[in-house]
Amino acid sequence: MEHFLEVKNLRVSFTGDIQKSIAVDDVSYYAEPGEVVCFVGESGSGKSVTQLAALQLLPVPPAVIEGGEVWLEGVNIMQYKADSPQMRAVRGGEVGMIFQEPMTSLNPVKTIGVQIMESVILHLKCSREKARERALELLGQVGIPDAAARLNDFPYQFSGGMRQRIMIAIALAASPKVIVADEPTTALDVTTQAQILDLLTSLAAKNNTALILITHNLGIVARYAQRIYVMYAGKIVEEGPAEKIFGHTAHPYTKGLLQAVPRLDDQNRRLVPIDGIGPSPGKRLTGCQFRNRCRYSSEKCCEEQALREIGGGQRSACIWSYEELKEQEKEGAEDERKETEEFGENVLEVKDLRVTYPLRKGILNRKAGELTIIDGISFSIRKGETLGLVGESGCGKTTTAKAILKLLEGTSGRVLLNGRDILPLREKEFRSQRKNIQMIFQDPFSSLDPRKPVEELVGEPLLIHKLVKDRAEYDRRVDELFCLVGLEPSMKNRVAHEFSGGQRQRVGIARALAAAPDIIICDEPVSALDVSIQAQIINLLEDLQQRLKLTFLFIAHDLSVVKHISHRVAVMYLGNIVEISDSEELYAKARHPYTKALLNAVPIPDPAIEQERERRMLPGEVPSVMKRPAGCCFCDRCELSDERCRKEKPELVWDGKKHGTACFQIT
Amino acid sequence: MDKETKTKIHLFFRRLFKRKLVMLAAILVLFFILTAIFAPLLTPYEPNKQDLTAILQKPSASHWLGTDEAGRDVLTRIFYGARTSLIIGVVSVLISAVAGVTLGLVSAYYGGLLNTVISRFIDVLMSLPSLMLALALGLVFGHSIGSLMIILGISTIPTYTRMMSAQVLSVKNQDYITAERVAGARNSRILISHILPNCFSPILVLLTSNIGMTILAESSLSFLGMGINPPTASWGAMVSAGCSKLLLNPVYGIAPGICVCLLVYGFNVLGDGLRDVLDPRLRGSL
Repeated sequence: MEHFLEVKNLRVSFTGDIQKSIAVDDVSYYAEPGEVVCFVGESGSGKSVTQLAALQLLPVPPAVIEGGEVWLEGVNIMQYKADSPQMRAVRGGEVGMIFQEPMTSLNPVKTIGVQIMESVILHLKCSREKARERALELLGQVGIPDAAARLNDFPYQFSGGMRQRIMIAIALAASPKVIVADEPTTALDVTTQAQILDLLTSLAAKNNTALILITHNLGIVARYAQRIYVMYAGKIVEEGPAEKIFGHTAHPYTKGLLQAVPRLDDQNRRLVPIDGIGPSPGKRLTGCQFRNRCRYSSEKCCEEQALREIGGGQRSACIWSYEELKEQEKEGAEDERKETEEFGENVLEVKDLRVTYPLRKGILNRKAGELTIIDGISFSIRKGETLGLVGESGCGKTTTAKAILKLLEGTSGRVLLNGRDILPLREKEFRSQRKNIQMIFQDPFSSLDPRKPVEELVGEPLLIHKLVKDRAEYDRRVDELFCLVGLEPSMKNRVAHEFSGGQRQRVGIARALAAAPDIIICDEPVSALDVSIQAQIINLLEDLQQRLKLTFLFIAHDLSVVKHISHRVAVMYLGNIVEISDSEELYAKARHPYTKALLNAVPIPDPAIEQERERRMLPGEVPSVMKRPAGCCFCDRCELSDERCRKEKPELVWDGKKHGTACFQIT
Repeated sequence: MDKETKTKIHLFFRRLFKRKLVMLAAILVLFFILTAIFAPLLTPYEPNKQDLTAILQKPSASHWLGTDEAGRDVLTRIFYGARTSLIIGVVSVLISAVAGVTLGLVSAYYGGLLNTVISRFIDVLMSLPSLMLALALGLVFGHSIGSLMIILGISTIPTYTRMMSAQVLSVKNQDYITAERVAGARNSRILISHILPNCFSPILVLLTSNIGMTILAESSLSFLGMGINPPTASWGAMVSAGCSKLLLNPVYGIAPGICVCLLVYGFNVLGDGLRDVLDPRLRGSL
């Protein structure tokens, strides 16, 4: 074989009760030592199954490997049985694996030392002392400080980022020649993600290991990949060197992905979503799988499309050539996002909001102290405006939302809704006002009652607040709401699980709109959705804002999304707002060291830009609120911090009226 | 009844009976209900009339399942016994389910002092073995069918309360319940139209399996002589009396036992089937 690792014509199917579905359809790829190869695609595209199948890790049945060869260093490992000694030597020995969830991929009842050593002893066949030495060396390599002392710690004593480092250490235990990392940073924060991926790629480069990185994040691909495979519906639709895929995109699906994802360097661009949803594995189309969602599809697309060479190592499975696509593209010009910069009065004003949680002690449950979760934040939102609230996990975004909605105990400060302070109101008094402030939830699966037809869910606020006079008006309003969010009113008798993720989120939006609220709090409304669906929902929210003059508080951890949708952005860190400004200005002229680091950590899906960017790594991780530093909450991770930062807490300092920064070090 | 409800009912039964086993169970339960209702029409004998000339006969053409120690026809007494068993089973389960579910729902949803009081009360009930409790209550309330239903009902309340509160605790922290609060729904609406339906699947299974258990419990009490007053026919009492006469007429003790088994089995399978059909998440797969 000409390549170090080469997979040829891999086909995998799953046999269900009713039908057989094809998960991986004739996939071939290769990897060379020292190379970073990325597999990119949306959920269900078969990117993980491909890798699991190549290592024979799929449960058989229901999975069936129908054909294909996997050549590793000139040996076809597909000839071995899944549980044969040879295959076990390959897994963990020649090929190391890292999975998505660092929280669940370590055994909680064994110390990390034992788990690393187990892998070392298994593959290197050495003594316990040698294994211990090797474990220490590995922990040092993956950047765990004080490795000797921490060898006897249990997984729960480590943060998510640290656990992922330990997973990397285990994967590296036997000095593998190939590392397969399946969405290794999807569960982590953006600054941790940058740390982990930099570590992984530098280790791979140093040891001359081939790194196969599976991800849905195009930014990561642009930043790290040398070669890319784009998968859709179990097939590779485009492959080639990174700069070719991004600069000379040849397949409409890849094009679609790139236009659908919001970017940090976007300026007022309207996202172009990919219409519809992907085919389910049980119902594959004939010919090109993408044709029912493709702008360029023609009758010829019904025929089977093989990958065709288009020069420079790039291959695409589209009948149209790059030039032909370019030609057709000109006809449909991109539409600009319409902006209204006129905002009305303040709808919501938050002043010095604090949320504390009582710490109780002893058998009498006496209050022994308080844990401050939100440490006095203030902001306001004007009519028709979107304020983005962004920050890493644990910074208090969702707590802020719940405090404003009066779903929490222990809040103090003032929350003015249309000028009236709602915090002191009793639940009974506030209930009638709830129609003015609504919420869109993160998870469209858990936020809809699974037992009710969606029509009842969408219409419920109308009944609760007595907004309709009779049944006819109710029906009319519900139909209207369905049309408003782009759903067929004829679907209203279905229950939630009969909808796709994107459709469920539309139902959630319709429900939030039902009572015509003054402000809608969106808590990570798109983070559970695939890129193409995410773009549909973002566009929907923008359109609705235009048409209905809606006001949003938009909470998210994805800076690109927040920047795209928000007029103003507030950056949160450990229960504080550290910077607040107009969205464009914040991204162009960030002042707070944390904002700068955060922006720096977000990869932009364009290798040309990524190469030019200066990289600054933020050390450490977000501490827990139990260990909030005195003074500035960011002082222990900040390179600029001095004595004053550690003692005093900085207030927001306003530059003009618009840009506030809570930092002593900027002048 | 409009057309829409008609198709809904039609669809419901089609889904329910798609599994042949559920169909069989439904037929079984229906069979016993019908025999209980039409008992007098099915047999020429009186259930309690003694015929001392024909005691402990083996099965024959005139007495299909033979006779008991007082010369009463066993088959006739099984028919009438179905009445006792079904009424006691269904009614006492309803009593305990309504009380237990309400207590569990309220205590878990509101929490606090109410929860503490209700939970401790349930702990007390649970610490007493249910058969002992039933025996003790039997001394207080007497041995009529009515009091037996109340006694058996009270002794199974804790199972429902515990199961319901466990369910409510997991459901009430779901996003869709938060969504209800955000929408401004009252507690009563949240409890009745959102939490209750989402907690009901395991309760339904418990309900039907408890019908069987209660029929068995009634049998045990009758077996111990603390159940239904003789001469009222009851399957449990018949098993109890028949088991000492196994050599003379084996069918006398075994037949009512088989009936208990069949009825209990029928209710259990029917309960499973109902749960699956009523869960919209399984729509399409059934």
